[in-house]
Formats: sequence, structure tokens, C-alpha cells
Amino acid sequence: MTAVADRLRPLTAHRLFWPALVLVVMIAANTVYRPGFLAVEVKNGHLYGTPIDILRLSAPLILVALGMTLVIATGGIDLSVGSLCAISGAIACLHISGAADQNSPATVATALALAFGAALVLGAWNGVLVAVIGIQPIIATLILMVAGRGIAQLVTEGQIITINSGPYRAIGLGHFLTLPLAILIALAAALLVAAFTRRTALGLIVESVGGNAEASRLAGIRSRRIVFLVYVISAVCAALAGFMVTANVSSADGNAAGLWIELDAILAVVIGGTSLAGGRFSLGGTVLGALIIQTLTTTVYAMNISPQTSLLFKAVVVIAVCLVQAPAFRARLRRRRRGAEPGPAAPQREKEQVPA
Amino acid sequence: MTGNRPVLTMTGISKTFPGVRALHDVDFRLFPGEVHALMGENGAGKSTLIKVLTGVYGTDAGVVTLDGEQVSFTGPMQAAAAGVSTVYQEVNLCTNLSVAENVFIGREPRRLGAVRWGEMRRRARDLLARLDLDLDVSAPLGSYSLAVQQMVAIARAIDVQAQVLILDEPTSSLDAGEVAQLFRIMRQLRDEGIAILFVTHFLDQVYGIADRITVLRNGRLVGEYRTEELPQFSLVEKMIGQELDVLERLDEQQKRATVDAGGEAPLVDAAELGRRGAVAPFSLRIHAGEVVGLAGLLGSGRTEVARLIFGADRADHGQVRLDGGRAPVRNPMQAIAQGVGFCSENRRAEGIVPELSVRENMILAMQAARGWLRPIPRRRQDELVRRYVEALSIRPANPELPVRNLSGGNQQKVLLARWLITEPRLLILDEPTRGIDVGAKAEIQKLVVQLSDGGMAVLFISAELEEVLRLSHRVAVMRDREMVAQLDNDDTLDADRVMRTIASGTPREEVTR
Repeated sequence: MTAVADRLRPLTAHRLFWPALVLVVMIAANTVYRPGFLAVEVKNGHLYGTPIDILRLSAPLILVALGMTLVIATGGIDLSVGSLCAISGAIACLHISGAADQNSPATVATALALAFGAALVLGAWNGVLVAVIGIQPIIATLILMVAGRGIAQLVTEGQIITINSGPYRAIGLGHFLTLPLAILIALAAALLVAAFTRRTALGLIVESVGGNAEASRLAGIRSRRIVFLVYVISAVCAALAGFMVTANVSSADGNAAGLWIELDAILAVVIGGTSLAGGRFSLGGTVLGALIIQTLTTTVYAMNISPQTSLLFKAVVVIAVCLVQAPAFRARLRRRRRGAEPGPAAPQREKEQVPA
Repeated sequence: MTGNRPVLTMTGISKTFPGVRALHDVDFRLFPGEVHALMGENGAGKSTLIKVLTGVYGTDAGVVTLDGEQVSFTGPMQAAAAGVSTVYQEVNLCTNLSVAENVFIGREPRRLGAVRWGEMRRRARDLLARLDLDLDVSAPLGSYSLAVQQMVAIARAIDVQAQVLILDEPTSSLDAGEVAQLFRIMRQLRDEGIAILFVTHFLDQVYGIADRITVLRNGRLVGEYRTEELPQFSLVEKMIGQELDVLERLDEQQKRATVDAGGEAPLVDAAELGRRGAVAPFSLRIHAGEVVGLAGLLGSGRTEVARLIFGADRADHGQVRLDGGRAPVRNPMQAIAQGVGFCSENRRAEGIVPELSVRENMILAMQAARGWLRPIPRRRQDELVRRYVEALSIRPANPELPVRNLSGGNQQKVLLARWLITEPRLLILDEPTRGIDVGAKAEIQKLVVQLSDGGMAVLFISAELEEVLRLSHRVAVMRDREMVAQLDNDDTLDADRVMRTIASGTPREEVTR
């Protein structure tokens, strides 16, 4: 037992180990409950099956959570992402619905550009409130979380805008190389953000600002610019997610689009191992976290858990996941277990593990 | 004085952290009614031993007994309840709460669950009176100086019927008068039969108060000695474990000749620089290759001067220019761009980013100056970091460890490296040797001399006059938030004269430049 545990130590110490393990356990549990869970088949040259669905449906959450990761790493939080999804989706759909040819790629491109532009402005608004005026992030972004739903309603004039645009629909439901386009977009975004933060010094500087803002200022870091920038990035990610959410249903509903996605995104970031206190962040962890949450949601549906209890079920699983990941909790479990077995061998064992 | 049965024993204590063997088979004992100094260099394991004792860390091996019974505390609260109270190196109180709340936080006097505020304030006043402190116990703790906060921390510690009081470097932020006051309190508590474990880096203080000394080195026990049987010289030798030539060399070093500035323009020109409530307008010029020392009591405005020159605080009067012409310095970014580095005295709050690695902490200032779009290539980072880890003998020499795993002195060296990497023209060092051991202290002092010989200007701030006098070409004296004198460090200047200037506000012969 011990020898195995020692051999596994470098693996278990990896910061992505616990989120990955949780995901694997969740998939295994699903497979036991429903043996066909992992089955994937090819239809019309596209892959279909529950795992593919999970990937496709998790794409918007991955996008939102990527931006959220950077915001949280600076010690902030962005509650407005759900509203931003709704606004960007509404603007894009409004433009397409008014166009003569809804299937024209030019129309869709203009729609996306308009919506991205709006997201940049709104992200800058958040950034100014937090970085320049110095309002606490939770309050600053709460403004747009609430007001943003109103803005989305204004854009759609209180109606649900339905469109019939092939190119736009493809963002949510299209396929490329047999895989859903949505997950490829999310994957590309993840790689882009990773390159943007880790190939430049942005990641280090974000972690430094989140880890100790005053020390960073005295080291000459322009914290304000960096904080401003992450809120803009978060808004752009949210806009992209908004396109997917509305493209999935070919309609924009100012009330429902992206509702509560900010909470799932925060959860994904935390499950992925980034501390809400700011500092070190892990984009890989965030992607795993988003997949865990989407798998959980799918599981709830698949297991026919009644809607009244599904939220409770989800909450219990999330608490368990967070506990399993907490080193303090694991240490306590281990101590209890060690207390139960015959004692004297224990300190001896610890000594053997001492690296030279 | 010493009872014949120890109140506390620790036997065979070992503790390992990832990559660091902090303690190895250490024994320690503490008798009632004694002051016992725990000595060792940075990273010798002093803080770890205390944290093992109070249950902050678990042990890998070893036994702790209190009053003859084996104990194993799960945390400082439980340790305190059993009579082992600790006052840590950095004051761990809540500055936004009142003095009384800080004394009783976590164990407020209650009736039916409600806090009895009147009772709490009365008891806080009584307790502080025992320490000869007359404070407004309803005022926020933050409105008092660090020294007073330290005393409040001690008051909090002794209120819980302590048998054992642990003071982890309580004097590092106190001035001489406050140290005397603290010692009076320590003697009083000792005479009441409390066993005091005292950690400090000031050798004079050990000989001023300790009855017994235990020395640690590299996580191992060197030995336990009665103070009168261990000359100061041998103590230092046992701490650093080698013949003591570094310190001797520094003592032999001659006074530093004044830099012959001649008609040369100063590198730094602070003209009528001031900030209301912080420091009165002052003018200070520093030439390339010159070390200017800032002397003065705690709270006299030394740090404020440094922060204004660096642009960390905005001046509301006057300005600083480097090299005459260019734009004045208004914020740290501009200061760094013009070649100024600033090592803050407040390492934890304003210096390190704890969870980042040693490497990342070191390159931070240089990276900030380049902007995030131009990352420093990893090869270059590794090369810079390796050079400074070696040059400053940073231990453990693993640049990928989070900097919070390093001891205080090594964190200080990491900060120093952060600025040396930027190759500054002016380096501001605010208490760079506070709370670090003799060996590292000598190294840093030597470094300052080397740097200034190489043409760097240094503004050196320290509470230790000897150190200021040893290193500086010129000494600026601060008193009550005002720069009262600038003295050339020639043959006529000694600690006595600087002291008199601090006390009276005027030097015997004032030298103006």
C-alpha cells in the first residue's frame, strides 16, 4: 500500500490530479448506472453520444470560466458575465433578424462584430469601475449583472427574437472534422488565453497582483491596467459564450440566455484549483472544472432526478468535490485513518519519505 | 531562580517540509521562572520549533511534555488554553478592532452569550496597567505604533494564565526605550514564575536578559548553555558554525571616507520634498557612489522619506529629480524607469508575493519595467536567478520553491535580488537587516559597500546606529518627522553625536552641503 502511495506521490501532488480524478469517478459512476453512457456513434459523418453532448454543452461555460479565471486570479470576481451573454446574443440576433439575407456570412460577421464591440464597451465599464474608481469587484459587476438583463430586454424589446441563419446556428450546433464546432471554439479560446497569459508575462503579473497588490505596485507593476484588461477579456469571453447559447436555440431571450452562468463559472474556477483570494491560477483546472459541472448537470438529467431535488443533489456533489480537493480535509481524513490502525509504524514511515 | 523540574520539554523533534529539512532530532527544555533565549541564524529552525511546540505544525517525530505530561497541541488556541502563549514576530492582531477587542478576541467575557463590553474594557485596562501601558482601550489598535501593538499582543498572551510565554522576535520593531520597557515586563513575569522563551537576533539583548541559551544550527541542536558561561564571541561562533572572521573584518573596517563629489551634479535631487502628516519638507542630494544613512527613532519619518523619494506616496510639496533635467518622480513606475529600487521594511505586506516562486519574485521588478508583452526569456531568468541565489547565498537554493517557504532573512535576500537585477542607480534599503541573523547581516553590509564602490547610490535606513555609521558617507538625522541635520561621517562623527542630534534636534557643528 505504502509503496504504491509513494510511487503515486508525484502524480497526486500535481495540481490537476484531483479535478481529473473527480471527472473520471463521475464518468465511471455514470457508466455503471447506464452502461451506454460512453457510447459514441457516427451519424452523417458527425460524432454523436452523451460524451460528445457534454463537450458541446460545456463549451459556453468553459468560455465564461476562462475569463473568470483571470478575473479571480487578480483577486476580483465578475458577476456580470451572464447578463453579458444575454446582451451579446441579443445584439447579434437582432442584427441578423433585421437583415435581408439571414444566411449571408457577411451579415453574421457584422452581427458578431457589433456584439463584440458592445462587450468591449461593457467590459471596459466593469474595468473602470474596479480598477480606476476602486469599487469592490463584487459590487461593481453586480451593477451590470442586474442592469445588463434590462439592457438585453431593451435590445429585444421584451420579445424573444427568433432567427433562421445557418452560419449563426453553426456556432452552437455545427460540426467540423466530425466534432462539434462549439467545443473546438472553446478549445481554441482556451489555447489562446493560455498562450496570451503564459507566453507573455501577463500570467505572472496577474498572479502577482492577486497575490499581493501593494507589493506589486511597489515593484512597478501597473496593476490598474492589468485589472482593467482582465475584465475586458472576461466580457469578450462572455460574448462568445452568448453567441453559442443563442445559436443553440436560434433565438435570443433576454431573460433566460446565460442565466446563472456566472455562478457555474465561479464554481468551475474554484473546482479547477484557483483560489477565490486571488494569486495562482490554472486554466487547465478551469476547463476540467467546467467539464465536471456539465457532466454533473447531464447526470442529473440522465438519472431522472426530479427537478425539485436536482439542485440539492448538485450542491451535495459540489461540496464533496471541494472537500476532496482541500489538502486540510484530506490530511484530517488520513490522520483519522492512521489513528484507527496500529500506531507505532506511522512516524517511521514518514521518516522514510524524507527526500535527501 | 531556576526550579529543578522543567515545565516544558521537547525531545527528538524532527520536521520536514517539501524540499526543506527544518528540524532534525532537536531537544529543548524550559524551566519555570527563567528567560531562555533560542538562538540561531535564519533558517536554523527557531520559528519551526516554536510552531511545532504550539501545534501550528505537526511533528514527524518527537515528544513534547508540559508539566511532565505528554501533550500534542492541535493549534495555538489549544496551546494557549493549556498555558503556552505565543507572541509572534510579526504582530498578528486586527488593527481595525479596538485595543480591548484585540486583547480578548476569541474569549470575550460573556453573559448569556452576549459580550460584556464594559467588563471587557475594564479588564483590558487592568491588564495593560500591569504592563504600565496607559491606552484608550476603545481606540482602534491601528492608531497606535507597532511597538504598542506588540505590547498589546503580550498583554493578550499573558492574560490566559500562561505558564510558558513565547516571544518570537518581539523587539525587532522596538526602539531602545521600548525594549527596556519590554524587558522590565519580562523580568516581572519571570519573577512571577512564568517560563519565557525568547527569540531575538540582537546579541546584546540576549546578554541583557536571558538566563539560559539554546543554539540551533541548520535544524540541529548545537547545545544548551547558561548565559554567564557562554561568551558572546563563542555564541556567534556556535550559531554560524565557523570561525568568526566576517564580523571581525567588518569591525576592523575603517570609517568611510566622504565621497569627493566636487562640482559633480548629484544623482538624486530631492528639493523641498514633503507630504502633510508624513514628513515635513526636506531637501536631500545623493551622489553616485554615495551611501546616505538615515538615522532617527522609530516613527521619526525615516520610512516616509524613503517612500516619497521612490514615489510610493505622492508628495504634496516639492519634487524629486534624477540627473537634474528629466521629469520628476511621481510614482514607483517612474522611479524604477529612472533607476531607483526600494526594499520596503515591511517585507510581508509590501515586499514578497508569498505564493510565487523565488524566481518569479526575483524577476518581478525587471519584468514590470519591461511590460507584460515582453517576457524575460526563461534562460535569462534562470541565469539571473542562479547568479543572485549564489551571490547572496539564498537557502534553500531552489528557485522554484514558493518564497513563503523561506525564512525571513532569505526572503529579505530575495527582495534585495529583485532590485539588484534591475541594476538601479539608487537603491533605497529600509531596514534591510532587521530580523535577520549576524551572518546574513554582515553579508548585506558588505554588499552595500561593494555596490557603492561600484558607483551605486544607496539610501540606507536602519534603527541600528552602528550599522548606519559603519556604512554611510553621510548621515541624515530624522526627528519628529523632520530632517534636522545632515552630517558628514568623518572622524568627528560617532554614535554619541548622532544620538545627541536625535535628542536635541541640532548637531554640535552642523554641516551643510
